Amino acid sequence: MSGGRSIAWLARHETRLAWRDWFSLMTAGGRRRMRSVALGFIVFMVFLHGFAYLLLTVYHLPTGAPDKRILTTLTGVLLLSWSLMLSQAMEATTRTLYARGDLDLMLSAPFASWRLFAVRMGAITLTIVLMALVLAAPFIDLAVWWGGFRWLGGYGVAVALAMAAVSAAVVLCIALFRSIGPKRTRFVAQIVAAVIGAAFIIGVQLAAILSYGTISRVAFLQSEWLINIAPDGNSVLWWPARAVLGDTTALIAVLGFGAAALGAAIYLFAPRFEGYVLAAAGVSFDVKLQGGKSVGFRNATPMQVLRRKEWILLWRDPWLISQTLMQLLYLLPPAFLLWRNFGGGNGASVLVVPMLIMAAGQLSGALAWLAISGEDAPDLIASAPVPTAHALRAKTSAVMTAIVLVFAPLVLALAVAAPFAAVVASIGVAIAAVSAASIQIWFRSQAKRSQFRRRQNASRMTTFAEALASTSWSATGALAAAGTWLAVAPAVVALAILGGTRMLSPSTN
Amino acid sequence: MNRSASPLALEVRGLAKRFERPAVDGLDLGVAAGEFYTLLGPNGAGKTTTLRMVTGLLKPDRGSVTIFGIDALADPVGAKRITAWLSDEPMIYDKLTPLEYLEFVAGLWGIESDLAHERANDLIGWLGLEAHGHERCESLSRGMRQKVSLAGALVHGPRLIVLDEPFTGLDAGSTRLAKSVLRERVDAGCSVIMTTHILEVAERMADRIGVIADGRLIAEGTLDDLRTQAGAGHSSLEDAFLTLIAQGTTAL
Repeated sequence: MSGGRSIAWLARHETRLAWRDWFSLMTAGGRRRMRSVALGFIVFMVFLHGFAYLLLTVYHLPTGAPDKRILTTLTGVLLLSWSLMLSQAMEATTRTLYARGDLDLMLSAPFASWRLFAVRMGAITLTIVLMALVLAAPFIDLAVWWGGFRWLGGYGVAVALAMAAVSAAVVLCIALFRSIGPKRTRFVAQIVAAVIGAAFIIGVQLAAILSYGTISRVAFLQSEWLINIAPDGNSVLWWPARAVLGDTTALIAVLGFGAAALGAAIYLFAPRFEGYVLAAAGVSFDVKLQGGKSVGFRNATPMQVLRRKEWILLWRDPWLISQTLMQLLYLLPPAFLLWRNFGGGNGASVLVVPMLIMAAGQLSGALAWLAISGEDAPDLIASAPVPTAHALRAKTSAVMTAIVLVFAPLVLALAVAAPFAAVVASIGVAIAAVSAASIQIWFRSQAKRSQFRRRQNASRMTTFAEALASTSWSATGALAAAGTWLAVAPAVVALAILGGTRMLSPSTN
Repeated sequence: MNRSASPLALEVRGLAKRFERPAVDGLDLGVAAGEFYTLLGPNGAGKTTTLRMVTGLLKPDRGSVTIFGIDALADPVGAKRITAWLSDEPMIYDKLTPLEYLEFVAGLWGIESDLAHERANDLIGWLGLEAHGHERCESLSRGMRQKVSLAGALVHGPRLIVLDEPFTGLDAGSTRLAKSVLRERVDAGCSVIMTTHILEVAERMADRIGVIADGRLIAEGTLDDLRTQAGAGHSSLEDAFLTLIAQGTTAL
């Protein structure tokens, strides 16, 4: 088999698997037809276009020759997008290094393994490119509609940024692997990916708070200070922004840079990947010792042992810790704003309350999935002399305790600055957490905890219902903290969402 | 063992379950207290479905399951309290150590901590897991994970042990160890119902053997009984089993 054929054959194989994986993701493992999936996708894209329309009517499209203000803002937005792409690419690269999947089969086959990893890096790029295009398309389409074909360059920039993000992700992961070893890289890479994903947004928000006392990212990106310290209009730094604005030369340069970076990463690292993967495989055989030699057993009720088991498993789950950390990182800017505005009225606290409620809902949903659906030994629990309802209650209370532990210090800190807002926040956090956990209970399914990344597979409904309910409770909290009775409106919406979700859940049907 | 003098550890009557087609179709069987009963059958015969219904992991369409006089469908918690389930897939948690796992299982069954600790240490010793008691299960081999799972099934002192291909993944030494642990339990009065494809295991361990095909029990008895029913004279269990399956499939 020639090298060229081999790569094409592998690419076909990977594409087929990726397509089926995506299709399964879209149909939540069901047997829905292609037409339903296409229809769902069209509805989703229409929704995104509507969202983009709302945003672009607020922030008007630039016309004429780009000045430094436009270039700074656009570059900031591109940098934000790139940091998110880099985060996703790092997560995918780490998975390539550590997930066993079909690697034993592939690596035992008689072909040069660099081809496999070249194809896998290509597949990661394709995934990131598609993700970027789906998210960027609504904005670019509307820009083309309003501003002409020159905005089509945005598509090229999205592709270039994705290629650059994958090459940077590969370099970062390999650098971590070589500097701290395969054992720690898996955990650290996930943390780094989470931090990168959040760092830019948080950094800009913190800067905006420091300079303008507002959390708005755009305010900072359009600030005089930033424009003054930014390089002049001819700088290479502005090429991606210029490419978006229709500069063909800049577009070719940016695309060339992205392709060259990706090509170099594949050329340099694909031949070495087998060594890294084999080293990573050895990690799973490493022995992790826990506790001392004379651990005594504790008397406990079945409910207590179930709760304790959940806490131990949550605590020992590095992926979960990285996800939790990312969610908590997003709370830093409002917390910082609160600290800066300490004693200066309740403006900041009104901002902190919805963010706390939103984060609590999201975290509760993630933890509840792990505890309730992500049960590694469902037969053991089902065959134990514990009624199903008791087991569920124990698992839910384990999740709620974790939520209390995470959010109690934040609410207490808020109480010092704004007691009324703290009361609203604590009620909101509790309701949002219970709502998200309830949705997970209604839609519970069986999956391994290691499949956490694909928990949305269980049901598209769960993902949307959780997000919508959390958002509505968050809005309720914001309005309640502001002291207006309008808070009732989003609360009614949240209850309607929960009611509708309950009616559609398999446990009801 | 004197079956007639013992109450039935497990009594299954008219058990039925249908998926796309009938998986178990009006099955009747009984296991005496202190008996080692092996259920044999070709792939897809309904063995695992039967055992999952016995342990309350699957709801039957009809029929009854009684464990030591407890109606397992009416009082599942009461039946589960004296039953253990072990499948070919280890039911363990990667992030727990074997000792933590055994503490968890004992707690689920409400076993007093000192007794649980003593049993756990005994089981860890019997199954040769002393060196791995404090290692997370994720670092254990397939065979060791299955041994931890077996220890979990035994730590709460069940009166009925339900095993579905329990020796999958175990090496020869471990299989012998597991067999001797199970034999000791049976000698102490515990009852075992087990499915296996390893006919040698059934031949050596079972007091009685049931042969199931297409969801129905087509033959039952001691090894000699089966040979007689198969008309296979002094042939091996393998010959008798294959003859019975062929006859049963034709008859059905």
